[in-house]
Amino acid sequence: MNNILSRNNAEKRFKVYGVLAVSTAIILLGILLFKIFSTGISAFNQSYIGVKIEINNEINSSEIDPRTELRQQLRNMFPELTTRAEKRTLYSLFSSGATYEFEDLLKTNEGKTINDYYYFLASDDVDMYVKGTVKREGDSAGRLMSDQLKILDQFEEQNLVELHINKYLLAGADSREPEMAGIKGAIYGTFYAILIAFITSFPLGVLTAIYLEKLAKKNRISDIIETNINNLAAVPSIVFGLLGLAIFLNFFNLPRSAPLVGGLTLGLMTLPTIVIAARSAIKSVPPSIEEAAIGLGSSNVQTIFNFTLPLAMPGILTGTIIGIAQAIGETAPLLMIGMVAFVVDIPGGPMDPATALPVQIYLWADSPERAFVERTSAAIMVLLIFLFLLNITAVYLRKKLEKKW
Amino acid sequence: MSIEFILLTIIGLSAYSFYISKKKAAAISAINGAEIHSQPNYHGMYAAFLTISPALVLLIVWSFIEDTIITMRLRDYFSDITEPSIANFYIEGVINFVDDVNSKAMDHVNFFTATEYYKSTMHLNLLLKSIVLVMLTIIALRYSFKLISADFKARDLFEDVVIKVMNIASIFAIFITIGIVLSLLFETLRFFESVPVQDFLFGTHWSPQMSIREDQVGSSGSFGAVPVFTGTILISIIAMSVAGPIGLFSAIYLSQYASNRVRSFAKPIIEVLAGIPTVVYGFFAVITVGPFFREMGIFFDIEGFSSESALIAGSVLGIMIIPFIASLTDDALSAVPRSLKEGSLAMGATLSETTTRVIIPASFHGIVGSFLLAFSRAIGETMIVVMAAGFAANLTANPFDAVTTVTVQIVGLLTGDQEFDSAKTLSAFALAFVLFFLTLILNVISLSIVKKYREQYE
Repeated sequence: MNNILSRNNAEKRFKVYGVLAVSTAIILLGILLFKIFSTGISAFNQSYIGVKIEINNEINSSEIDPRTELRQQLRNMFPELTTRAEKRTLYSLFSSGATYEFEDLLKTNEGKTINDYYYFLASDDVDMYVKGTVKREGDSAGRLMSDQLKILDQFEEQNLVELHINKYLLAGADSREPEMAGIKGAIYGTFYAILIAFITSFPLGVLTAIYLEKLAKKNRISDIIETNINNLAAVPSIVFGLLGLAIFLNFFNLPRSAPLVGGLTLGLMTLPTIVIAARSAIKSVPPSIEEAAIGLGSSNVQTIFNFTLPLAMPGILTGTIIGIAQAIGETAPLLMIGMVAFVVDIPGGPMDPATALPVQIYLWADSPERAFVERTSAAIMVLLIFLFLLNITAVYLRKKLEKKW
Repeated sequence: MSIEFILLTIIGLSAYSFYISKKKAAAISAINGAEIHSQPNYHGMYAAFLTISPALVLLIVWSFIEDTIITMRLRDYFSDITEPSIANFYIEGVINFVDDVNSKAMDHVNFFTATEYYKSTMHLNLLLKSIVLVMLTIIALRYSFKLISADFKARDLFEDVVIKVMNIASIFAIFITIGIVLSLLFETLRFFESVPVQDFLFGTHWSPQMSIREDQVGSSGSFGAVPVFTGTILISIIAMSVAGPIGLFSAIYLSQYASNRVRSFAKPIIEVLAGIPTVVYGFFAVITVGPFFREMGIFFDIEGFSSESALIAGSVLGIMIIPFIASLTDDALSAVPRSLKEGSLAMGATLSETTTRVIIPASFHGIVGSFLLAFSRAIGETMIVVMAAGFAANLTANPFDAVTTVTVQIVGLLTGDQEFDSAKTLSAFALAFVLFFLTLILNVISLSIVKKYREQYE
């Protein structure tokens, strides 16, 4: 017989293993979220540099070339910079987006004169230095060279370097330049794709679930359909991508990179999830209600559409939201059907070339510019927060609408 | 007049049919009192269905036929081109030709006569199609209107239609599977025309890059997939050795030890791990886990520690599958009847002894099933390995080396520039075929194990 003490110790050890396992999982999740959020939060601000703009004639924006005019104004601030190289160093502190911002400034002040400090978008190298992502080492900082830093220091002495809210990130489309890159185009692409996915998979999934649960006779065919759906739910998502490539692109000749194809592919992928969720929701409707309806003379189909389906709807919707949330985060199938292209335009409909939010994250994560790291994290924050809200909605729906019989 | 306009007309006619049929049925019911078989609504819906369906069926058939015929006719214009793929290129050029756009297909002599022919034929075709479809719909409308009488069983017929639609919807899931199998199978067979099966399955050298020039070294590309398979298995085993213990012990703790309060907050938190998109894990691997392991590698002075090592991808993959193992194992453990557990406890066994000697053996099938499902997840996972593992195929069992996986290769081969018929692109389908079958077998086995085990206690 075992010694009681050693048995009790074994018991304690075993419990500690369990606690360790659970806390490891939770800590890992914590590290992941902390890392993403701490890296990403800085991307919501962006460095701007103040420039003194002095235009004493009444502005006629169609006559002024914003690029040359902005450069002229910059030179006026630093009359001591005379050589070409020095001037170019000065310009290099600004993003090419500064020209557009200057153009907008001219347009809003049409017919007036300007004499004030205005803030313009700094380049990504300046941005990273200002935020402290790259530190000064010797006389350079990251990709900022010593002569650039010298000019930047002069701006900083006059308190002209400021962090403003990053309006490009949420309202702009993708760009090669990190400081101007945004996720609006990707969000639109995801929206269209998910809309298509929902339109295809929801009706199909619910009808399938009703048929299997209420109408199908238990025979070989319904058995095959059932196993088939369970297996489809576990097929790797990339295989659905290849299906989309072979069927929608090569056979039906639908346009590459279009959210329509992405949505159809994601719809096929989500279908099994919706069927499984809808079946269990339909199963949980008490038979007494259906029997009462049939007893009062309604037909099978009438019972299903007037009684079973409305009562099962909260459960079906919960399952659908969870399936859609999965589809929103899915990347691999979209890579297969070409939604990885670099798209600058914001898609206007499901047939326009587009990319999706997770694909945008993948593309940014792959970019060599270091400034994309914080923007990737910021895009992930947006994605995670959205998925979190969706899941909360699902839980709320289940709590609020589901009846306990 | 375009196809959308015809469709709108047909739908409009169908709505009109619903309206007048319902009205007629209501009128009959007003005269005959309760003696009408179906409610006016059902008469309307059935009539609308009868009105719209022949035109829709014809529209689909017509579109298929017109495509085939027009391609055949256009081929006559390019009969001097023997290579079918090049002829197809010209035909597509004609079909997609828009007046002010320069097309590469313009260099053919017959190009403009062909576009002229195409335009006039399509114009005539559209005109003919609209007339026939609208006529057909009107005939169907008149017919369905005439059918209505007091004892016409519109409801039964309409419900039959609804049931048929649901039946077709449920069969659609089978079509998805057939579609997957066929689309993978065809391309795979074409791949095996150029590369022998045994070379693919047992060859040990994988370098699918075909060079552009013939005289370059390794211009033929070689397709021995063994290093790709071993890489996949290596990464999955690393993932399982991370997720297995953590998932299993979490499940044991949550189902046997944890109080209801701990359980109600710890379980959802672990499940959050399953809801995080895999591309996020991939990014996490690149910016956090990768640098961490690299520093450990330098610290412990491990030679040849690659920045794309299997260890990095495998451990992050492991984090991802923790919740799968935890929740499926939890289900299996909870399904063991209380009487078994209580019997053991009553005999004086401690809870850990009860767990290891009674509950785990009793739920062993379920646990094995959950591990198999998690393993199949790990094999099929794409984004983490694409971002954290390499493309170079090394045949090695060393977790510090860079290895590649099936999914990484598929993504690498099919994104970016691709010519569709080369062995390089086709090899992606062959890999996907292997992947599909491997995961399918794992799923079938695990599902049947779990099902059998569940029946045992019911």
